[in-house]
Order: sequence, then structure tokens, then C-alpha cells
Amino acid sequence: MRSTETTPAARPLVRLKNVSKKFTRELDLAARLAQKLGVDINEETVHAVNGINLDIHKGEVVGLVGESGCGKSTLGRVVSGLLPASTGEIEFDGETIDSATSRKRPKDLALRIQMIFQDPYASLNPRMRVGEIISEAPRVHRIVPPNELSAYLDKVMEQCGLDPAYKSRYPHQFSGGQRQRIAIARTLAVKADFIVCDEIVSALDVSIQAQILNLLLDLKQELDLTTLFISHDLGVVEHVSDRVAIMYLGRMVEFAPTEMLFSNPQHPYTRSLLEEVPSLDKRNMNYSAIEGEIPSPFDPPPGCQFHPRCPFATAECRTVAPELQVLESGHTFACHHPQGEIAESQ
Amino acid sequence: MTPASQKAVEPTIEIENLKTYFFTRSGVVKSVDGVSYSVAPGEILGIVGESGSGKTVTGMSIMGLIEKPGRIVEGSIRFKGEEIANASERRLRQLRGGAISMVFQDATTALNPVLRVDTQMVETLRAHKKISRREALKAAEKMLARVGIPTPEKRLKSYPHEFSGGMRQRVSIAMALLNDPDLIIADEPTTALDVTVQAQVLLETQKLCREKGTSLIWVTHDLTVVAGLADKVCVMYAGRIVESGSVDDILDNPQHPYTIGLIGSIPSSNTRGRKLQQVEGTTPSLLNIKPGCAFRERCWRATSACQEEPPESSFGPGRTVRCFHPCLEGEKYESAGLNA
Repeated sequence: MRSTETTPAARPLVRLKNVSKKFTRELDLAARLAQKLGVDINEETVHAVNGINLDIHKGEVVGLVGESGCGKSTLGRVVSGLLPASTGEIEFDGETIDSATSRKRPKDLALRIQMIFQDPYASLNPRMRVGEIISEAPRVHRIVPPNELSAYLDKVMEQCGLDPAYKSRYPHQFSGGQRQRIAIARTLAVKADFIVCDEIVSALDVSIQAQILNLLLDLKQELDLTTLFISHDLGVVEHVSDRVAIMYLGRMVEFAPTEMLFSNPQHPYTRSLLEEVPSLDKRNMNYSAIEGEIPSPFDPPPGCQFHPRCPFATAECRTVAPELQVLESGHTFACHHPQGEIAESQ
Repeated sequence: MTPASQKAVEPTIEIENLKTYFFTRSGVVKSVDGVSYSVAPGEILGIVGESGSGKTVTGMSIMGLIEKPGRIVEGSIRFKGEEIANASERRLRQLRGGAISMVFQDATTALNPVLRVDTQMVETLRAHKKISRREALKAAEKMLARVGIPTPEKRLKSYPHEFSGGMRQRVSIAMALLNDPDLIIADEPTTALDVTVQAQVLLETQKLCREKGTSLIWVTHDLTVVAGLADKVCVMYAGRIVESGSVDDILDNPQHPYTIGLIGSIPSSNTRGRKLQQVEGTTPSLLNIKPGCAFRERCWRATSACQEEPPESSFGPGRTVRCFHPCLEGEKYESAGLNA
């Protein structure tokens, strides 16, 4: 096992450089005709992910948090290679795997990056037996010799807390928690060392969720796994992550080591998110909601995208988009008025 | 108008030994098996349990929404003193959406997608009150404003799909509130929502119960939501209430091993980097469930005594536990053998 302690100078396992993902809604025939006739119609574009820079080190769990529609799942899909990035570069283990010139990944690197999905009822082929689901990829990619495949399958299943005797069953014969274990086993079977977990415990009951989180912790220690953990549940993210990134409307607004982020959040959005997390210690809460809703990503507000909902917003926030600032401690955030200091003194 | 002024002690709803079974081809499913609780005016009761614990079926039983092959086989449901467990369909129609209303988990399916919001709201109002369309529209607009929907006069003309998820859930809450119900049953209404929207919905609901003295039954799997909202809690497991009491009692001093396991399963800042206390195994199928304590196969305190049905022992008002070996006060949970 390699050391999980990474020095900041060490080369990150995954590096995202200014990664963006745009989705464009194509114009229908009438609109295209109108455009040709000189009517001012443009395609609608959504910046689902907008200029993300992120380093993930070996053996680290990075939590990615945000409300629905903030682009966290899209970012996960871009990182795992399910979607090509629109602009920007992704480096994996020092090699550029996704860049402006080539969106194709070398097979051996692609195999090392795997993704686990939210809904274990949809992500497993209902017509394949569990043994086939887990062993198909190692067989096709010749990760283990054919005569050792069966023993390898048993080992992977046991590692994930599944009884190898169940390998000839179908997914529908398993409960949600066990299916999620099958999905984890499937990623481990190809010897992945970087896993993108997209809301993998959201669909599970609390007691089952605890079992899966414990399994992840075991596997992390055993295999030195690196994880991008996407979730909307701040409690879960705080529990599993080493560092946490907060996203809002496709941009990263804050990124810091977990303890720092939860004890000393800088961005007003992070602070209001944290205030609203229900916890066992908060009894008879007087809820104070963040005003308003997430703006439409088709028409994001100018300047800082959080300003229509921010209590500290000033004229500057309405026009100038804040740059990411880095504190000495490695705490990164994008806000003109961290902690509302300036606004309060005005 | 407020029920509290008439008779301070009469609970809005009182359920006693309710049993709702489903008679399926493969056997009897005892979804609700002897559940009792009561909710006073203005009180918020949280019903907590995992999927398949019978928490939703309890709510459905009150509303008279149990369909074949299920039926209420035993027990009584008294709504403001009136027995409604086997009330006629006619009487239930009067109550539903009137004095008792329900908010469902998924507002997308709870609202009719082909009718505008105003049509649905006016219909709800006029089914219970003799008022004109115009008055009904005005009341609907007022209610939308109350649950925090901006420009309600415009939004009334929208179809459900034109609202975002949080807004849609607020519309369905507004509809539940239209006829000034005495009891609202909310079945996981915030589970599908983001934290920020969840906070908004919780805020509105809480305000309402405090101002109007409405009783609320909040069904959820999330103990943390209950902690911030409810006055008292029932923990359900396999169709039974295994523990009940005030929020503080349940969270600070849980006695049933399942409650302890449930609380230990919740990740928080204190558990960072450590393993969670997990409850081994999965929730049992309710089909042909074996007699005795349903939790015994996952319980670290189980003995041969647990093959029998544990009786409900009560200590203090509203504080009950259904276990042969409850963890007594002051006992260290960590050393109790969880996650050994």
C-alpha cells in the first residue's frame, strides 16, 4: 500500500484544467429559416460546467456538492469519459487523456477510471447474471487469465461483501444495497484506481447507506482508491471526504479541506447551505431559507452568479465575476465579499 | 375555528392498534401491525422508518386510501372523536382534502399534468365549500403567496410542468392547506428536494402548525429532518412502532437497539474518517414474517427470549419501547457491541 499522505508538491492523479461542458439546443427548421432571413435568433447554450480547475491526489476522496442542476453530475461524466469536455484538458497520472486535439482515451487509462451511478436498479443489466456483470470486463480486457477468472470473481465479490454463491443470480434478486455492492465490485474487477461516485448512497435506506459508506472506507484503505464523491447530502460528504468542492451553476465557488470548509466557510452560498443542513443536534429549528431559486442556466445572471440570492451582494457583484482566490491554507473560493466582511462594514 | 379552544386535551387524531394487511397471492403482508399513536392540535409527529417499515401505509390508512388486496383488519382511527377506520366512501370524500389532507413525496405525480394549477385548486376548494369560482380563485392565490410562490396571480395560470421541483411541491402543499385542514399527513415531502428548498418547505410547514394549530404527521426516513421539526417521534420497524417519545428522548436517550443503530448510521462531522456504526443485514420482507421481534436477526442484544413477541413497555407519558433488552439510560452505546 502506498502512503495516503500526499504532499502538495506531489503530482496529482487527476488534474482538471479549465474544463467546461456546453450543451447546445439545436434550432428547429423554422428557426433556422428565420435565421437565414436575417432574424436575430441564436442557439440556446447551457454552460453546464464552466471552467473547472481541480487536482485530485492519489488516495484522496474529493467531495463535490451542489444543488440539482449545478453541473456536478455532468462534471463527473466528463471526468469519467462518458461525455467529452467542450474545452479544457484532463490529465490522468501525468498523461493528458482529454484535450482540445484528442477526446479519445487510451484504453488502459480509460479502464482505470470508473464510475458508479445513483440508481442501482438502472445501472445493472437485468438480463445478465451477477457473475457475468462483474466478470465481463476483466474477461474482455484480459485482466486475468481465463482459467483464473472464476477465482478472481469470487475474490472481488467477497471484497465487496457479496457471497460468491450468489453469482448466478440476477440483479432483481438483490436489495438496493447489495446491488450497489455489485456496482462497486464491477468497478474493482477492472482494477480501477479512480472512481467517480455519483450520488451512490442517495437511493439507499439510512442503515444500508452506512454499510456502503463503511465498505468504501475499507476499500479506500485496502486499495488506496481515489474517489470523486458527488452528492447533495452534506452530512455524507463531510463524513467521507478529505477535501470538498462546492458548485453553483456550473462553477466552483469554494474548495477546501473538509474541516476548514465546514468550520470556516468563506462563500455566502456555502454558509447558507451549511446552515440548512438538518442534523440530529439541531432541534426545533427556525429555518431561514435562502431567498429565491437557482436561476435558469440558459440565462445565468451576470457577474457573480449567486448575487440575486446573496445578502451581501454589491454593485461590483452584479457586474464582475469573482476570480478564485487561494488562501495560504489551500482554501479556495470565488467571492468579492467573503464572509460578508465588506458589505457589513459599508 | 381552532380546535384547541374547544377542548384542550382532545387529540386531532388517535390511532389504536391499527392493523392493515395486504392479502397477496404469495401470502399475507402485515404492513401495519398494531400501531397506536395520537397527535394533539398544533403538534408535529415524526414517523421514522426505512423502506418497507409500514410508515406510508399508516398514513394511507388514515386517508382511507388502502386498495385491494389490502384492508384495515383491526383497530380504530378516531379523527376528532369520530371513528373513521371503516367510514363510508362518502364520508371519506368529505374528509379528504377537507379536514384531513395529504402531501405526497412526488409532486409531479400528485398534481394533474393536464390541468392548470388554478383549475385544480378551485376544484379542491369547491368540492368542500359552497363558494363562487371567483372567491375560490382569490383564496387559491392567497394560499400560493403564503407558501412563498412569487407572483401568484400569474403562476395560477401555469401548468404543473412549468414549475421547478421545489415550486411544484409548494403548490401541492398549498393545495393541501386550501381547506384549512385540522390534520396534514406529509409523506416524505422533502425527500426529492435540495437542502435549500427543503429548508423553505420546512419553514412554511412549521409556521403553519404554530399559527393555525394544525396537526401534522411527517413521515420520513430521515431522522435529521425530524430532529429539527417534530415534537415527538415514532420509530417504525417491520410494521410496528418499536420506540416512541419526544424528540429529545429518542435522540438523546434511545433505548431500542434499532433506534440506536439508526442514529449511529447517520454520518456527521463527529464520524469523519471513522467507520459508522452499522446495523448488519437488511430490512426483512414483510411477507409471512416470523413471530417474535422482527429485529432480532439484526440485533446484537438478541437472546432466545426475542423469539416471543416483545410487549410494549411504557415509562413516562408517551414514551414507549418494544424490546426485551432495551439499552438503559447511561449505558454506553459504543461498548454495547455495535460494530464490534
